[in-house]
Amino acid sequence: MSSLSRSPWVLHYDASSCNGCDIEVLACLTPMYDAEQLGVINTGNPKHADIFVITGSVNEQNKDVIKNLYNQMPDPKVVVAVGICAATGGIFKDCYNVMGGVDQILPVDVYVPGCAARPEAIMEGIAKAAEILEEKYRHMKEDK
Amino acid sequence: MRIAISVILFIILGPLIGGLLSGLDRVITAKMQGRVGPPLLQPFYDVSKLLKKETLLVNKTQDFYVFAFLVLIIFTGCLFFAGEDLLLVVFALTLASVLLVLAAFSTSSPYSHMGAERELIQMMSYEPMVIIMTVGVYMVTKNFYISKIVAFDKPLIMYLPGVFLGFLYVLTIKFRKSPFDLSMSHHAHQEIVRGITTEFTGKKLAMIEIAHWYENVFLLGFIYLFFANNPVIGIIATLAAFFLEIFIDNSSARVKWEFAMVSSWVVAISLGMVNIAVLYFIG
Repeated sequence: MSSLSRSPWVLHYDASSCNGCDIEVLACLTPMYDAEQLGVINTGNPKHADIFVITGSVNEQNKDVIKNLYNQMPDPKVVVAVGICAATGGIFKDCYNVMGGVDQILPVDVYVPGCAARPEAIMEGIAKAAEILEEKYRHMKEDK
Repeated sequence: MRIAISVILFIILGPLIGGLLSGLDRVITAKMQGRVGPPLLQPFYDVSKLLKKETLLVNKTQDFYVFAFLVLIIFTGCLFFAGEDLLLVVFALTLASVLLVLAAFSTSSPYSHMGAERELIQMMSYEPMVIIMTVGVYMVTKNFYISKIVAFDKPLIMYLPGVFLGFLYVLTIKFRKSPFDLSMSHHAHQEIVRGITTEFTGKKLAMIEIAHWYENVFLLGFIYLFFANNPVIGIIATLAAFFLEIFIDNSSARVKWEFAMVSSWVVAISLGMVNIAVLYFIG
């Protein structure tokens, strides 16, 4: 385990979520679950982030915002789709403006299921994402 | 020879001690908030990760400014631990801070500009007290050289209690602690309160963090100066001051910039200037 997986800084973006998953993401930061014990910092700045946590489905209006945030993150970076809406579009799938899950526009590495996703599941997802971060860094070094 | 050793020791041990103190800070903060908290070495993991990350540069001047900021902070610390002129230390520190502000201003992000402006306000707040501290130390010891100040036979705190308290007050700003963490907060990592670092990524952000460690170490050195005639009491007082800052950090909410500036000036005048005036008339 190297420093990459010990210090995953998270950027959380609320796509068209119902706020259920957002509240659970924030619950991870409370003393009850304390994501900081994994080294997690919830940053508001894509340039500092390693893990991009998205809740809610992608629609025509926020797809550019999501792509923009993703492109501003320095490599290596991991995308975590939290909740069933971020995975497939969920109950909003058939809405006329909804494109579906986050994987319609970004390469998603970890899917955290649930409606809403439980904090324990989100924490596990972040821990998985931290491992993938490490793997991506190894590939990045090999490519150089 | 002695100077060379202390400079080399500072360059090597500075970031180690600074990083450990920062880790201790995070652990204690977590305990105070009833959390498990990160491991003690978390700041080192963070910096080592940042060094591995891709560095996205907005422009080349930004690159230069951040590098110069780190070099000047180390230079300031070296001057301090080499026992050089206290005035020179204060001015070098100011120049270093200005370079960080310039680095933030060199980009076009509004958050970065906002952070840089807040940093300037913070500098305006603490600078008078720092100068008053220098003047007070000179009035007591009749010397600007830190090596001579340390060798002074009585503890400076006896003559400068007001200056010491005033300096402790502005040290909160320098340590980037609540209630005065306006431009680069330790806790909130959102847009404006982390504004000055908005446009820095990877290695540049790591440099800023390392500079902050160096800075913390020699700022604690200033506390030591007030108790320098007895090293044991000096080190205890320094650590006590650090834990007091953590305590203040966790028990107060961030204030508006007006309060930060007015209160530090009021403290500088009421504690610092009065202390110096009393010294002038008695001594």
